[in-house]
This record gives sequence, C-alpha cells and structure tokens, in this order.
Amino acid sequence: MSGKESGYLDMELLRFTTAGSVDDGKSTLIGRLLYDSKAIFEDQMEAIERASVGKGGEEVNLALLTDGLRAEREQGITIDVAYRYFATPKRKFIIADTPGHVQYTRNMVTGASTANAAVILVDARNGVIEQTRRHAYIAALLQIPHVIVCVNKMDLVDFDQERFEEIKADFSKVADRLGNKDVHYLPISAKLGDNVVEKSKNTDWYNGPTFIGLLENIPIEHDEDLSDPRFPVQYVIRPHAEKYHDYRGYAGRVAGGVFKVGQEVAVFPSGMKSKIAAIDFGGEEQQEAFPPQSVTIRLEDDIDISRGSMISDAKNQPQQGQEIELMVSWLSETPMALRKKYMLQHTSNEARCMVTEVIHKVNINTLEEITDDKSVGLNDIAKIRIKTTKPLFFDSYKRNRNTGSLILIDEATNNTVGAGMII
Amino acid sequence: MEKYTINHLRELEAESIFVLREVAAQFENPVMLFSGGKDSIVMFHLARKAFFPARVPFPLMHIDTGHNFDETIKFRDELAESTGTRLIVKYVQDSIDSGRAVEEKGPNASRNMLQTVTLLDAIEEEKFDCAMGGGRRDEEKARAKERFFSHRDDFGQWDPKNQRPELWNLFNGKKNVGEHFRVFPISNWTEMDVWQYILLENIEMPSLYYTHEREVFQRDGVWLAKAPFMELKPGEKVEKRKVRCRTIGDITCTGLTLSAADSLEDIIQEVAISRVTERGGRADDKRSEAAMEDRKKEGYF
Repeated sequence: MSGKESGYLDMELLRFTTAGSVDDGKSTLIGRLLYDSKAIFEDQMEAIERASVGKGGEEVNLALLTDGLRAEREQGITIDVAYRYFATPKRKFIIADTPGHVQYTRNMVTGASTANAAVILVDARNGVIEQTRRHAYIAALLQIPHVIVCVNKMDLVDFDQERFEEIKADFSKVADRLGNKDVHYLPISAKLGDNVVEKSKNTDWYNGPTFIGLLENIPIEHDEDLSDPRFPVQYVIRPHAEKYHDYRGYAGRVAGGVFKVGQEVAVFPSGMKSKIAAIDFGGEEQQEAFPPQSVTIRLEDDIDISRGSMISDAKNQPQQGQEIELMVSWLSETPMALRKKYMLQHTSNEARCMVTEVIHKVNINTLEEITDDKSVGLNDIAKIRIKTTKPLFFDSYKRNRNTGSLILIDEATNNTVGAGMII
Repeated sequence: MEKYTINHLRELEAESIFVLREVAAQFENPVMLFSGGKDSIVMFHLARKAFFPARVPFPLMHIDTGHNFDETIKFRDELAESTGTRLIVKYVQDSIDSGRAVEEKGPNASRNMLQTVTLLDAIEEEKFDCAMGGGRRDEEKARAKERFFSHRDDFGQWDPKNQRPELWNLFNGKKNVGEHFRVFPISNWTEMDVWQYILLENIEMPSLYYTHEREVFQRDGVWLAKAPFMELKPGEKVEKRKVRCRTIGDITCTGLTLSAADSLEDIIQEVAISRVTERGGRADDKRSEAAMEDRKKEGYF
C-alpha cells in the first residue's frame, strides 16, 4: 500500500443494518448518529423541520430523513430499504435502514444480505418480544457476522442493571438457539444520548464500549471467507489492439480465499487445471488477490472460460450439483409454485430450475417449523429443494455468503421473487 | 498472519468495478451518461480500470442543454479524444426545435427538466438498453431509495414503490423489449469519498472545481454565474468574486461557492467542514419537497 493511502484515505468500511418500527427509537438512534457525526447538513435539517411542522408535529421528526419517498412521508412509514452514510475518523459506515414489521421481511432480508453487523433495538420496558426474535432470526439466517443488541430507553427503567441483565439473558437464549454470531449488548438511551456517542454517567455498572465505539472497533477482517479460493468469471477481457494481441484476462471479483500468482487452479465446469500467470488491476500487476477485490486473472493455459465459469484452488474445490437444498425468503406477492420453472442467478452463472419440494416453512416469530402448510407466499421463509438444468458450483451459505447465495427470477415478469441460501 | 483488508476507497472501487462489468456482461447496448461533472469523471475513470487494457466497451453520452460552462465542453471533448472513447452528444435545443420540449420562460427558466425528453428520445433512437449514471444515494432522499440496477418501463418511468429487491451482489438486469435499465455504479459513494478517491488516484478535473475569479450574482442566497442566456431580476447585480463549483450541471442551476480552494487537499478540507449539502446550491432541487422524486419518475437521470 502506498504512503498516500494513510490517514483519512485509509479507513475501513462497515455496513450495518437496522430493523425496527416507529416506536422502538430506531430513527432517533440513527438521527443521533448522523447528527453527532455531522452527516446531517443544515439544509437537510431545515427541510426536515419544515416537513415536521407541515405534518403538525412539534418535535423534529428524524424519521423524515430516511423516509425519502413521498408515499413514505405521507403515511409516516418506511416502505423500502434506505441507505445512509456517515463517517468517523476511524471508519466509514453504510446503514441499510429497513422497516421492522413482519410484512416487510423481504426488505429486512435485502438489507441484511450485505451487512457486516445487525443492530437490533430492544425496548427496555418490553424486553425480548416477537419482533426481537424475528430480527435475530433474520440476522442468523443471513449469517450477519456481528449482532449488536441495543437495549434502548434505559432512562425509562431508571438505568436498572438487573433489567438489562435480564434482557441480555433472554436474548442470549434466542441467539444460542439460532446460532447468532458475536453478539454484543449495550444499555442505551437514544433519546438522551446515553452510551451512544458519549459514555453514560447513569450506567456506572456498565464497563463496555459506547455504540459508536463498538461500531468503530468491531474486528471485520475475518468477515469474508479467506479459506476457500473462489473466483466467478464475470467478463472476458480481450483487447482489440496490436500491443495486447494475445491478452486474455478473466475479470471478476474474488468471492473467497486468497489467489496468488503461480497457484494451481481448477476451472469449472470443465474441471481443467492451470496456473495463475498474472493478476492484473487497472494496468498494474499484483501478487495476490482476496475478497472483495475486483481484478483480472490470466492463466498459463488457454482453456475454455466464459462468463459463468468458476475458478477455484486446484485442491480446494467448490461443491457441484443439480439438486440443491436451500433456505428461501420469498419476495413476491405471487406465491411460489412447485414444478414451475424459474430463472436462477448464482454468482455470475445463470440456469433454470424448478422447485421440487417444500420441506418446511418457518414461523419467524416463534421460530417453529411448519410442516402442515407448505404454501410459500410473500415474506415467507422456507426450506426447499430445487433441481437445476445445469450444475452449479457452490459452497454452503454458512461457509461463504458469495458462493452460497442465489436469487430466483420469474420468467414471465422478470422480477426477483426469491432469495436463496444454500444449506 | 497477513491482514487481508482493503480500505474504504478500494472497497468502493471494487464494488463499482464489479457493477460496471455486470453492465458490460448483461446488456447488449449500454451507454454511460457523462455530464462533465466530478461524479461522471470518476465513474468513467472506474470504467477504464475495469476493462484495462481493453478500451471501455461502451460510448459516453452527454445530454447537452446548450447552457454549459465552456470549460466543461472542452474537458469532455479532450477526455473522449485522449482515451479513444466514442462520444455521443444530444442537444436539448434539437428537442425544443422539433417541438418535443417546450422552453421555460422568465428569469428562473432552466433547461434542466427538458433534459429528460432529450435523454429518453436518445435512448429510444439509439436503442440503448442500459444507461449508466453517476447518481449517488447520499445526494438526495429519493436517490437514497435507488437500486444499483434500476428498472425503467417502456415509457422510461421509474416506479419507486415497486422496485426489484436487490440482494448480495446479484444484479437482475432482465427486461422486456422496449424497457431499459438505469445503473448507478457509484451508488454507495459520498461526496467525500469521491474527492478522496480523486486525490488518491490523481484524476484530472476541470478547472471549474478549483478557485477562480468569475462574474457572478446572487439569487435567493445562491451565487450563480453570469452568462449570456441568464436573465437578471431587478436588484440583482453582477460582481467579481473568487468562486468554485461544488457540483457542475447546467449553468442556470449550478450554485457556486465562494472559495479559495486551489488544491484537492483544500477541497477535501472544505467538504469536511461544510454544513450544507452539495445540492443545497442546486436550484433544480429547491422547487419542491419531492422535486427529485418527481423528475426521476418521469425518467430524469
């Protein structure tokens, strides 16, 4: 890394998702983060003040910051995922802010799909409720590497340590059952600012970090799968220029592991072996490539490779198959149909598939398996089996979020109707 | 053990390059919209890196209102020339002359809205199935809801309440004949990221972004440049000031910042302490609470 990429040019990027409803203080928390980190500008603040007054509100309604569409502002609800940005001197943050109600499960899943961390708000008065379990379930299903449980409105329970510990114990039972990873607990008051940016004077018994301190310091270098070298080929680069007459480069983004020049690799679907001759990026050669870098790989041998091919380590290879079990989150108002053909996108590969079996559905509020009703509609989550027209080269989603995820597309409408996580 | 991490600028760069390559792979006839502003310059720089050593596999297209800063046009032409990229220019004036668009009247008149007509006509005429733009989610609240791959119906319209879910890095560019996509490769960049990246990569920028002396006048608290087609209102007077552009668009709606910043480091410093968004100086956004959403629904950039 050059000397130039230091200081403010050298920050880590953390993506986190927040799910919640109007009442649990989510907007207040986000508003405070944005305001305290100076990511809300004066003209935005003026616009919100104008709009708050226009709606007859007395206090400035920070939800208006994230509710960007006219319909959202009119109805006072968040419909869609809203992306927000802020930075501290240590990290740059991308928030995927999603509505928390059960009818917006698909938006929560969307926001969670790219997140390093999930922020779950719990009202200290209410404790772990149905909605909390739902958010924890989605965080576990989407394998979000870190979970931050903010026990909010601590001011309304007199900053009582016992209440906090009780909620913590309740949530950890849920998390153990679901397999949530790296769970952190914070006692906060988003409204008054306790333990958000500044350490609270009201929680002497709490020795952990503030919310912003935690966001700044959660280690994220192991969030990507660095063990399994996977490189889905996106595009073949063949310059039509005399100087690069024999150039043939495979452009893509590293989906897992570390690739090195000289490494022996296997290419799928053919299974042919070769060695990495060079790794190019924007006119410079580099010795290795790892996620989430976008690079161009050249191989020593001329083998048949096109978009949809997968390059892996020669020894550490992906699974392959045409009958695949997965968890699916249904995103469409049109219910899933058995035996119907769907288009499937997996890495840079495309295939057609049909759903051969619904194994069970999940009640995401009680976390129970449902086996007596196998109709899969909007916002449902189910374990299914599919059969594809050609082999996929994949890993389990638990191992690798890039090579373990896929989407289903309705051929009639071209809409994305299902999000799949391979088991 | 070695630490396999990259910084925020390199991660954003990798994401944008991934999106640009998806466009080249998924669409038959894509085009990159180019305004000559910093966002489109960065987007084009990313495209050059994405396909190197091959040329960028799509043309650039400028929707020209005719109300430009001279520096923008010169910069645009030189960039296309030096990189061997095909440049298409479509003129709003042609849409007006053919009666497809009607010019606004009065001192607040702007051709900004009319660009939509010219743009949609160009997409249809040239049979583009994808138009990439330098829009960023942090710019404006309607843009915060925008997808990387944004579907447009055969009228070129955006339906914000009925967008396709976008998960992981799986972008669905499937469409019916006559429909097209708008793709925003730098969706996740902030104004600060853009400037930091320009510094990191040492990207050449039009002189307008740096401080210079110019004849300007003030309207509704915003400094605007004097130009032949700008009508002055009573009480407005032209004076010379040291200014620079924070965004570059049509001259009629581009607010100038009083500034002495003459280096990228100075500009970054200025962005860091600014308490007003970059679009705060854009008259086109001030028309109503949902000005951007309404324009986008009709097919604006």
